[in-house]
Order: sequence, then structure tokens, then C-alpha cells
Amino acid sequence: MCGEPVRGDAGAMPVIEVTDLRKSYGGRPVVDGVSFAVEEGEIFGVLGPNGAGKTTTVECVEGLRVPDSGRVRVTGLDPVTEHDAVAGVLGVQLQQSELQAKLTVREALELYAAFYPRPAAWRPLAERLGLTPHLNSRFGKLSGGQKQRLSIALALVGDPRIVVLDELTTGLDPRARRDTWELIEDIRAGGVTVLIVTHFMEEAQRLCDRIAVIDKGRVAALDTPAGLIRRSAGATVISFTPSAPLDEHDLNGLPALVSIEHRDGRVTLSGTDETVNAVITLLARTRVTAHQLRVTDATLDDAFLDLTGQDGGAGPTATTERVNATGRATGTDRPDTTEEVPT
Amino acid sequence: MTSPAPRTAVLNAAVLRTEVRLFRREPGGVFWVLLFPTLLLAILGSIPSFREADPSFGGLRPVDAYVPVAVLLGLIVGGVQGMPQTLTAYREHGILRRMATTPVRATALLGAQMLVYGGAALLSALLSLAVGRTAFGVPLPRQPFGYLLALLLAVAAALALGALLSALSRTAKIAGAVGSAALFPAMFCAGVWLPVQAMPDLLAGIVGWTPFGAAAEALNQAAAGDWPGGIHLAVLAAWTVLLTAAAVRWFRWE
Repeated sequence: MCGEPVRGDAGAMPVIEVTDLRKSYGGRPVVDGVSFAVEEGEIFGVLGPNGAGKTTTVECVEGLRVPDSGRVRVTGLDPVTEHDAVAGVLGVQLQQSELQAKLTVREALELYAAFYPRPAAWRPLAERLGLTPHLNSRFGKLSGGQKQRLSIALALVGDPRIVVLDELTTGLDPRARRDTWELIEDIRAGGVTVLIVTHFMEEAQRLCDRIAVIDKGRVAALDTPAGLIRRSAGATVISFTPSAPLDEHDLNGLPALVSIEHRDGRVTLSGTDETVNAVITLLARTRVTAHQLRVTDATLDDAFLDLTGQDGGAGPTATTERVNATGRATGTDRPDTTEEVPT
Repeated sequence: MTSPAPRTAVLNAAVLRTEVRLFRREPGGVFWVLLFPTLLLAILGSIPSFREADPSFGGLRPVDAYVPVAVLLGLIVGGVQGMPQTLTAYREHGILRRMATTPVRATALLGAQMLVYGGAALLSALLSLAVGRTAFGVPLPRQPFGYLLALLLAVAAALALGALLSALSRTAKIAGAVGSAALFPAMFCAGVWLPVQAMPDLLAGIVGWTPFGAAAEALNQAAAGDWPGGIHLAVLAAWTVLLTAAAVRWFRWE
């Protein structure tokens, strides 16, 4: 055991550093050159479709897997060769991991607290996660949501500097999910750095300061949720049912237009604020009334679909209807403050 | 071999306490490892002819010959049926993996399992010796140190076999099936159907090369007051080393 983990100057050293990480299984690259850095006190999201290499990436951070090549550092320590020191500062919630069926909630909390030199008090933690009524229940008798909450409690019981939570709200009902998000925000407020793996957009958008979108083993984009949305081809969508047919030429001439669709007399256009203003001007000029006019911002879903080239099925939060966005927005004057990551 | 080889923390008091507690919550394990061997001895000992000296047992009473068999039975059931299923289930359900992310590591769980089943097997042996002595007048081993040495080696061989069975089984269900398949030959060699003293010479010779056959021979010699034969102890030790090496080679943490 190493003693006190090496601590960098506040803010000077990222608490997690992943550099050009590669890992193959049977010759098939699962993680193919992933790099990112997580700053102290941040909630950092790893987002991506199933099989993108998210879990393998965080398993290398947790020391569960040995990278084929590349560098992983947690508070400056190597998770493989300095396992015990890293495990002492890193709380982990694994996807689909269970406990002994006949172990009670109380026993599990006491057991895991005993693994760490300076554990958190487990009773307030159990209270916060709504586990107090179930302390004497055996793990095998818990519901899926209760198991998930216990798993989160065990990730926190060692009073870690960093927690890695893999699919943390999967299996939780919407109420428990929101409670869990609040808990994660509280944890961060307490100075803990949070790395979450998710494929759930609303969760990423709500919680994360920054997100690495991983697709096919590579970082497709790394940005704030707002930054990712701005990158989306059609960042703003306007739709309406015109009282009279609009001239197709006028529509196609709209500035910054990304896509256009007609369906059942309804027109859906995606582009930027500039497009929206031009549509309103066009409507006024031609004296066409727009029924059921809706303007919506693109969501992280849209950005995600653009970045990963996915066709759909990205979750329940989509508020805009995708129109055939065949081309990316070009020539927009959108400020490019985003951080590009070599892929 | 994707997970890093764990190095330290084979023993952890909190993990051991938890595993002892969990073992006691499994009525099946408690019965078959702790009570069944002694119960079998008591049933056999209740048959009047088993309490009469028998020339085919070298002048011993059958009940005398069955005490070492009962002593071995607990460690065979625990090592071949109990531990591999538990360990394989722990791997299958990600319990080993979860523990591997803590400073304590998954080795602590393996170590605790070995201590629990090894300890239960020794308790079971003690119970058999005590019941044999008090209920049926079977003398305690006349060479207690030789007896203890043979018994500890037999426990080590059984645990190594259990670890290997778990290493070779992907699921707890497979471990159960493989364990059952190994259980009957192991029980046969230990002399459950026919104690080794009563086996024909050729059969006894062959059985003597198996771990539990060698253990039975060594226990019989120590019970009679001799130091167990070097060849039996060597056979047991060689099996333990071989099985351990194979288990280490193939064991997976996930």
C-alpha cells in the first residue's frame, strides 16, 4: 500500500488522464485511441451507443483491465501497477454487478466500509439513498432499483475523491432517477469528481459539465452539452402548417437551412436562429398564417445522432422530429468555441 | 487473462467474517459438509454387524474403518461440491469483479472461501472423531500428529481441486454438474462404498494413487499408531501442487 495518494496542486493536474488508450479483443479494436482528461470537481460524462467502448474505457480507469497501449493515470497513479492506492481514492459502481444473495444491506455497507482507511459514515449515506427501511433485507430480495441504490451507496462508502458510475440510473423509476441526479450533484458539491458512463441523453445533459462522445472506440467529440448541441447540424427546428402553400424556391433560399420536410401539409425546417427569423419574415411578406407554429432547440439527442451517425432509437427525450439532414450546416457564423479532439 | 493478476490481500477479516456468516445461512452446505458425514457414520455404526471385528478389515470393526472415511467425506463434499459452486457464482454475478475494484481485491474472497470450507471440513472431521469415540468406542488416532498432517494435506488437495473445478466452470450450473461428476469417484476412492482396507489389492493399489485414496491410507496408518507412509503423503502433496498449479493457470476473476 502506498500512503497518501499523490495530490497535485489544486486544478493543476487532471484527476483522470487517459491518453491514446487502445484495447482489442481477439484482434478487434474495442477502444481505438481514446484520450480525455477529467478535472477535479467536474462531472464528466462518457456517452456513446452500445458497444462503443465506453465500459472498456472506464474499466481501464478502474484497473479492471490492462490497456494494450496508451496511458491511464488516476490522481497521477497507474491503476494497474498502483492498484491499491488508486482503489483507495476511486469509488466504483459497475454495470450489472451483484452481491452475495444472502448478504443484507447493512452487512454489505459495513463490509465495504471496512475496505477503506477512512470510510464515510454509512448510515447517513443509506438514509440519503432511501435504503434505511431495507437495512435488514437480503440483497437477493431487493428490487432492481434498490439494488442500484445500494450499488451507488457502496461506490461512495469509501469516501472517494473520484467516483465512476456506469449506467447509474438504469433500472430506476423516473422519481428515483431524479433523486439520484440530485445526489450526484450533492456529491460533486462536496468536492468529489464524478465520471459517469451513460447512453441516456437527458442524464448527460442535466448532469455533465463536459461530455466525451465515444463512437466505434474513438472520441467523436468532447465538449460541454451546450457546445455539443451547437455542433448539431440543425440546431434549431421550426415547424408549422401554412394557411396557403409557400413557394418552394423561397423556402430553399432560406439562410443557414439544413433540411426541409413536408408532411401532411406541415412544413418542418431545421437550421439556425437566422433561419427562423427569415421564415417569419417570409411568412409576413407573403401574408401566410402559420398554424401550430413551433420552434424548438435541438437536443443532445440530435447532436448525438449527428456525431455518431446513428439512425435513431436514442431515447425518449427527443423533442424535435429529425428531418432528412443530409448536409451539415455550412457557412454559419456560429462561434466555434468547441474543443476538437483528434480522432 | 485480461484482468491484472492480484497480488496481495489474501486474508481480510471483514471478508472472512462475512463468508462465515453466509455459509451458515446455507442449510444445504451446513448439512452436507458438517453433519452428513457424522450422520452416515452413526447410521452405519447402528448396524450390529458393523460393530463386530471383521477379518476383511484386517481385524478392525467396519465402524472403525468408517471413521476415516467420514473424516474425508466432509472435505470432499465441501471441496468438490460446495466451494466451486459458490466461487463460480461469485464470478458469474460479478461479485469478484466488484471486489477487485476495492483496495481489498478479489483474492480476499478466494482466501475466505478456502478458509470457510477448510474450516468446516476440519470441524466435520472433529465431529466424526468425537461421535466415533463416544458412541461406538472407536479409539482416537494413536498417531495424532501424523493424522493431523495427513488430514491437512487432504484438505489442501480438496480445496485445490475445488479451485480447479471453479476455474474450469463458466457458470455455477456447470460447476454443480462437474462437481457431481467428480464427487462420486472421489467418494469411492476415499472408501465410502468399500473402505480401502477391504478393497482387493489391485484396486487398493490403484486407489492409492488418487488424492483421497492416498489420504484414506495415510489416515488409517496414523489411526493405527504408525507414522503415515511417505508415499501416501507424497502422493497427496503432489496432487495438491498439481491441482493448485492448474487452478492458478486457468482461474478467471471474471
